[in-house]
Amino acid sequence: MSKLEKAALGEVATDAAPPDADAFLSVRDLRIHFDTDDGLVKSVDGVSFDVRRGKTLGIVGESGSGKSVTSLGVMGLHRSANAKVTGEVWLDGQELIAADPDDVRRLRGRKMAMIFQDPLSSMHPYYTVGAQIVEAYRVHHDVSKKVARTRAIEMLDRVGIPEPNQRVDSYPHEFSGGMRQRAMIAMALVNNPELLIADEPTTALDVTVQAQILDLIRDLQKEFGSAVIMITHDLGVVAEIADDLLVMYAGRPVERGPAESVFAEPRHPYTWGLLGSMPRLDREDTDRLIPIQGSPPSLINVPEGCPFNPRCPYADIPKDNVTRTVRPELTEVGSRHWAACHMTQEQRERIWTEEIAPKL
Amino acid sequence: MSDEKEVSLPAQSDGATLTKGTGAGEPLLKVTGLQKHFPIRKGLLQRQTGAVRAVDGLDFEVRKGETLGVVGESGCGKSTMGRLITRLLEPTGGKVEFEGQDITHLGVGGMRPLRRDVQMIFQDPYSSLNPRHTIGTIVSAPFKLQGVEPEGGVKKEVQRLLSVVGLNPEHYNRYPHEFSGGQRQRIGIARALALNPKLVVADEPVSALDVSIQAQVVNLLDDLQSELGLTYVIIAHDLSVVRHVSDRIAVMYLGKIVELADRDSLYKAPMHPYTKALMSAVPIPDPKRKAAKSERILLRGDVPSPISPPSGCRFHTRCWKATEICKTTEPPLLELKPGQQVACHHPENFEDQAPQDTVLLSVAKEAATLVADEVLAESAATSAAVAAEVGESADPGARGTARPAPTDPQPTDEPTEPEDDRQESTDK
Ligand SMILES: Nc1ncnc2c1ncn2[C@@H]1O[C@H](COP(=O)(O)OP(=O)(O)O)[C@@H](O)[C@H]1O
Ligand SMILES: Nc1ncnc2c1ncn2[C@@H]1O[C@H](COP(=O)(O)OP(=O)(O)O)[C@@H](O)[C@H]1O
Ligand code: SF4
Ligand code: SF4
Ligand SMILES: [Mg+2]
Ligand SMILES: [Mg+2]
Repeated sequence: MSKLEKAALGEVATDAAPPDADAFLSVRDLRIHFDTDDGLVKSVDGVSFDVRRGKTLGIVGESGSGKSVTSLGVMGLHRSANAKVTGEVWLDGQELIAADPDDVRRLRGRKMAMIFQDPLSSMHPYYTVGAQIVEAYRVHHDVSKKVARTRAIEMLDRVGIPEPNQRVDSYPHEFSGGMRQRAMIAMALVNNPELLIADEPTTALDVTVQAQILDLIRDLQKEFGSAVIMITHDLGVVAEIADDLLVMYAGRPVERGPAESVFAEPRHPYTWGLLGSMPRLDREDTDRLIPIQGSPPSLINVPEGCPFNPRCPYADIPKDNVTRTVRPELTEVGSRHWAACHMTQEQRERIWTEEIAPKL
Repeated sequence: MSDEKEVSLPAQSDGATLTKGTGAGEPLLKVTGLQKHFPIRKGLLQRQTGAVRAVDGLDFEVRKGETLGVVGESGCGKSTMGRLITRLLEPTGGKVEFEGQDITHLGVGGMRPLRRDVQMIFQDPYSSLNPRHTIGTIVSAPFKLQGVEPEGGVKKEVQRLLSVVGLNPEHYNRYPHEFSGGQRQRIGIARALALNPKLVVADEPVSALDVSIQAQVVNLLDDLQSELGLTYVIIAHDLSVVRHVSDRIAVMYLGKIVELADRDSLYKAPMHPYTKALMSAVPIPDPKRKAAKSERILLRGDVPSPISPPSGCRFHTRCWKATEICKTTEPPLLELKPGQQVACHHPENFEDQAPQDTVLLSVAKEAATLVADEVLAESAATSAAVAAEVGESADPGARGTARPAPTDPQPTDEPTEPEDDRQESTDK
């Protein structure tokens, strides 16, 4: 029995979903806890998902729900003394959590790469954009600087930087926000990574530039067949780009499934809340938005039972106060579609069709 | 510097009756030819070598009880406009009138009464509150500044304000860091409301907030408006939020208003190509639509620099309908339909204003490659130049007198393969 199968059968406490045999990336029961002066921060607490080549997984959730920590965990970037990482991360058949950190480092930038909301966090201000792309390329390819420079120019051109022959010698601050984001994408993609993780890559950008960047990611993915994880708090962005969706709340997965089903038949009150909170250009304007009451919990004192219970209007529907005492597990609510809520399937279907959907 | 000292309008409108959709109120604020040029200085002598034309000639009114939304890409001058009308910045040119009084160049003393009537809410709930002051001190600051003693005392009034914005009045003595982002934005709102203002200018009031909290604050602003009869100018880059909150909307591009219209007209039939492009870029939270994004317009590059903006129509470097006249002649902002002003020679959804120009600029041809065929077909109906380009046999009426194309912006729900024509149009 492979580790993956074992994970699926035994150790996975919170996620009944079986692993996808064709997945390029398979994450099982990932937990990342930080020991801090204030207490144990359970930033990621039992997250599982799969991404196939050529497909995009969208991860959504409010700020502080553990999206970035999840992605850094996949990249093997939480190896500090105060971080406790458990679970399994399978990349193309290789498990990374237990792997030698040096092996994981060699995969970074080549097999998997990441782009961030703030390009300046991954680009050095004192080196030209070209020099940084050249460096990223030569770490993994034994080629001359000249060859690498040609490759850098080619990548800048590919991501739509005008006059790449000249711009290759510019410094990051000489680029506009959108151009820097493109340059960072060029750098992340210079080694044709098979997994690309994009952490809120368009959050700071105008919608017009966002549309350009999403288009670019989509095109590059089509060309190279990479697996993509798109992290965002914008449901519009995931609807545009994601095949599958993972909704996170307080470090935990609350709903997961094909994007179409999660949007058409969401089965978790938090997902309903997100949908009700947003004004939508594609619908008649509603009189009032339907916000989620309160605000997200501290990850040091996650509420007992269902972490969403203090904000959930339906917390009293499940019997015996179970919502406040027992942590709900992800259960299957549709084809490849799971949600973690104590309400029965019938209760959720009824609330969605009668109370929520008509108001959206 | 104005001679008109008289303030003839009643002190405070009775807001209860002034809610959304009650039609046009009288103007509370009127702006004419408003400009702000930030000088660029260079060298030892700090000689002025140029100027950032952040706001470059705005004309608009804000009517009593309404919400005017302002949208546009970053760098278009929205914040500068907000700071000009609240007189946090001194205009370079033009005129600002509040309740009929010219306030363009009022000094500190002259502005004092106005500081009560006009308030501003800022985007960043973190940096706009002094971390060393308690909430009580922050919310009561306007009373001190104005030398006002509210009825029942400052503390009682602050507590009342806190409960009005949905905060616990007992939290009077807490510090900003003890509150979440949404709560801090509420504190900013409470402070803005302290002096019972008539006009509140909110610059990106919800953009820093998570969507669930955003909705709470949007609803709060809405409630306060109907309860207190407030007039709002809400600046935001999120077009869905702007549609939700606004009665009328101004679209800004490079220091100018390019379209100003009633909310419904604007969203149903935008007339400025830039408005249309902005709207098409908004991601729609419905995965079924990604397969059929037929309204798509991808704009190339960024907003040009406001230091040397493009000649003629400032949008001509990115517009797929641009012809020679667009490069040479600036289109005036005209009311082409009742309630819809637009500055464009070849507007969408309306007859061509420069039908003699039948040849697209080469930049426009390039821009058109990033525009969905359906959109081009619509544009062809209102522009002979686009029609010639897409090779559509423009119907006889198309030149000059084209009727607005019957637009049906809703794509079908047909589950088409996502491998669409997009690839072609963006590949070089
Ligand atoms: N190195 C760390 N030490 C302690 N807590 C951390 C660390 N990194 C992140 N966290 C906490 O983990 C939680 C989840 O953070 P994050 O993944 O960044 O959220 P998101 O990306 O969803 O906004 C937050 O409460 C954050 O403060
Ligand atoms: N104090 C200033 N000095 C010089 N330039 C400024 C100043 N404030 C804003 N600008 C410039 O004016 C233009 C418009 O800015 P802003 O009003 O902030 O736009 P928006 O709010 O639409 O993003 C930008 O190019 C900006 O860099
Ligand atoms: S488990 Fe209870 S609190 Fe949690 S989402 Fe379901 S109903 Fe709401
Ligand atoms: S058609 Fe001409 S005037 Fe109208 S927006 Fe385009 S460039 Fe400007
Ligand atoms: Mg994050
Ligand atoms: Mg601004």
